[in-house]
Amino acid sequence: MNTSSWKKWMTRWISGLLLVVAGSVALANQGGVKLDHAPIDPSDKASLQRGAQHFMNYCLTCHGAQYVRFDLLTRIGLTEDQVKKNLILTDAKIADYMTVVLNPKDAKAWFGVPPPDLSVEARVRGADWLYTYLRSFYRDDQRDSGWNNLVFRQVAMPHVLYELQGEQDIKAEEGKPGEHHVATLVLTKPGKLSPKEYDQFTADLVNYLVFMAEPDQQTRIRIGYGVMVFLALAFVITRALKHEYWKDIH
Amino acid sequence: MSEAQSVPGRRRFLVGATVTIGAVGVAAIGTPFVLSMLPSARARAAGGPVEADFSKIEPGMMITQEWRGQPIWLVNRTPEMMAQLAKNAGLLSDPDSSDSEQPEYCKNINRATTEHPNLFVAVGICTHLGCSPVDKMKVGEGSGMGSDWPGGFFCPCHGSKYDMSGRVFKGMPAPLNLRIPPYSFLSNARLLVGSDKKGA
Amino acid sequence: MKATSRLLGWIDARFPLTSVWKEHLSEYYAPKNFNFWYYFGSLAMLVLVIQIVTGIFLTMNYKPDARFAFASVEYIMRDVDYGWLIRYMHSTGASMFFVVVYLHMMRGLMYGSYRKPRELIWILGMAIYLCLMAEAFFGYLLPWGQMSYWGAQVIVSLVDAISPPVALWIRGDYVIGDATLNRFFAFHVIALPLVLVMLVFMHIVALHEVGSNNPDGIEIKEKKDPVTGIPLDGIPFHPYYTVKDIMGVVGFLAVYFGIIFFAPEMGGYFLEDNNFIPADPLKTPLHISPVWYFTPFYAILRAIPQKQLGVLAMGVAVVIFFLLPWLDRGLVKSIRYRGNLFKVALGLFVLAFLILGYMGTQDPSLWYVNPVSRVCALVYFGFFVLMPIYTRLDKTKPVPGRVV
Repeated sequence: MNTSSWKKWMTRWISGLLLVVAGSVALANQGGVKLDHAPIDPSDKASLQRGAQHFMNYCLTCHGAQYVRFDLLTRIGLTEDQVKKNLILTDAKIADYMTVVLNPKDAKAWFGVPPPDLSVEARVRGADWLYTYLRSFYRDDQRDSGWNNLVFRQVAMPHVLYELQGEQDIKAEEGKPGEHHVATLVLTKPGKLSPKEYDQFTADLVNYLVFMAEPDQQTRIRIGYGVMVFLALAFVITRALKHEYWKDIH
Repeated sequence: MSEAQSVPGRRRFLVGATVTIGAVGVAAIGTPFVLSMLPSARARAAGGPVEADFSKIEPGMMITQEWRGQPIWLVNRTPEMMAQLAKNAGLLSDPDSSDSEQPEYCKNINRATTEHPNLFVAVGICTHLGCSPVDKMKVGEGSGMGSDWPGGFFCPCHGSKYDMSGRVFKGMPAPLNLRIPPYSFLSNARLLVGSDKKGA
Repeated sequence: MKATSRLLGWIDARFPLTSVWKEHLSEYYAPKNFNFWYYFGSLAMLVLVIQIVTGIFLTMNYKPDARFAFASVEYIMRDVDYGWLIRYMHSTGASMFFVVVYLHMMRGLMYGSYRKPRELIWILGMAIYLCLMAEAFFGYLLPWGQMSYWGAQVIVSLVDAISPPVALWIRGDYVIGDATLNRFFAFHVIALPLVLVMLVFMHIVALHEVGSNNPDGIEIKEKKDPVTGIPLDGIPFHPYYTVKDIMGVVGFLAVYFGIIFFAPEMGGYFLEDNNFIPADPLKTPLHISPVWYFTPFYAILRAIPQKQLGVLAMGVAVVIFFLLPWLDRGLVKSIRYRGNLFKVALGLFVLAFLILGYMGTQDPSLWYVNPVSRVCALVYFGFFVLMPIYTRLDKTKPVPGRVV
């Protein structure tokens, strides 16, 4: 080991130790915030339809879902006509992909980073992260966008939903590491929705994002139960067969 | 250690049960693999009905649209072309289209709807081996098909000839008249290829 | 009945069907005392078949092109009928292959299955293991997600540390790129599977030549029935072990399909979160680690501060397994008749391997990760290096002549 790597090693050791003392090792991945459980029900078609509507209204202008076609929406209890009339806000056809309206170059210029594609975002982040993230924006004058987020520090995205949620401020002195984040954010200017309605709004949206990330999830689980029952039966039979033959040996 | 020492009935039953459940299992897991080779959701979505505008086609002209990756011809036939159809009967192998594939509402001499009898809509694929015929709509020498040519279509691959409603001539390699896809009219200018139901 | 036996006769005159059946199944005599650990050989073969079949069907829709690879995987997951099932079977199968192979190797360590006269079986088995690691590594790039990309980047950088021209040759570009993806695809879908199948065939041929070991480490061929010549402690593989293995297969499938249908990501260990982001050569994910089955070796690599030495140590950690038949000087094969020295050594080794595996998944900036890895790496190498000493000193128990 040479001196520089010793030094690096020592710094790591010390900074690591400090982290442990701060008691936030496990929370380091979420910017020190404990995630709320997302109250979503993937079998609730009405919630999925509301979520799809929110997605089309608020997300799809900047974020694409380039691996998803609009006809996917016929799988959450909507007819093609309903999708065409209510959910396709551009001149896209039902068999078209949910590509982004925003030009990626403009996006990069405005936000610094192009907004990520949301097709499989729920599998990257998880439902709880998305649910907490969408409810954790607060006013921050230091930022160009005027917004910051407790879960995703220095996030490039402004609070697109502030008209609905209202504006939150951070109370830094109350925010101890590991503490539930809601305690550290205070609603200063109410929005169009009550906090309860806004929670429902985000839950529906997250429900839809989870569905979009893996459309066959419910099918998968349903088939899974059948397969397990079948294999249990097969195990009983093959075990009996094995014992029947092995009577010769024992 | 021979099988006879044990209870043969129970052993035979259990072997049978295992073979049965094994066969069911193999069939069950094989099915999704077989189904995965069918057209995917993307292919099915792309195979959905296609809209087309037919109001801009001049009389005696045709345009080609794509539906399920196949050429769909839209021909605006002139009254002369329509009149010629009845005279062709003796030259054709199936003048009444009794063997060919077409929607019930197109099973007539025009092989078109009664709403727009002059509009000929067909899958432009030769029924012989799948080439796409070319249009030889001019009557007689103008098409380079001989002086007695009544106007129609000609397949360059093996020389099959069709008349102006896609009916195949006698003695051609192609066995059937051209296929007519299901279609319906959205308005007096637009039609929907691939669907009988309006607005679907 | 008569027709089938006539057909069989016709075939046997042209192809050794009946004699192969007898030699390898109905008259292949295996020790009668196989226990739970003896399921994993046949299960490894089952997983190989599953991987080949699912792989063929994935290849029908996958596109080995940097522009389309990620999208084609999403296409399989969304648009191909039951594509999600086939893909999960393949991704879960990859991890289960290593689960089964590690348990199969553990069996070998416990009962001395690598000892004379089975050295070649062990060497062929290790060759299979190496081949499998390469197969997994190449295959992992194909989804072209962030973990795929940066995982390949890190591993190829290891080669770069030893010889930059070789790394360049492997990549076929100055970074991991389309050319790399295309050649990894070729290796993954055809070159390595062919080698793998051939090695498995040789592994079994070698096994059937010398006969199976067993939990007592007794050579059953030494005590034969004087009349029939059949080992007294042997039973025909078919039907006894075929029915037993069928039961094992069903048990395994319950675990395998349980994961596929209810937890295909397996908490991020079988399918990693970051791999749902398309590869971005300009942006490394915050925390990258290899798939779990490589992490013990990855932890050894990171534990050593000097890069070339780390790569060397990682290579040695894998290759040293080949020497096992000659490092072991014990008087007995099976752990059942070994003394405490071997038992403690093996216990420590397994513990070190598991802890290394865990450390390999952890962020190396955590203070304990590299120190703990260093201690475990010492134990890991100590197990092999000191083996000739402690196995000779070990107080072994007498081995019975017959399986009890």
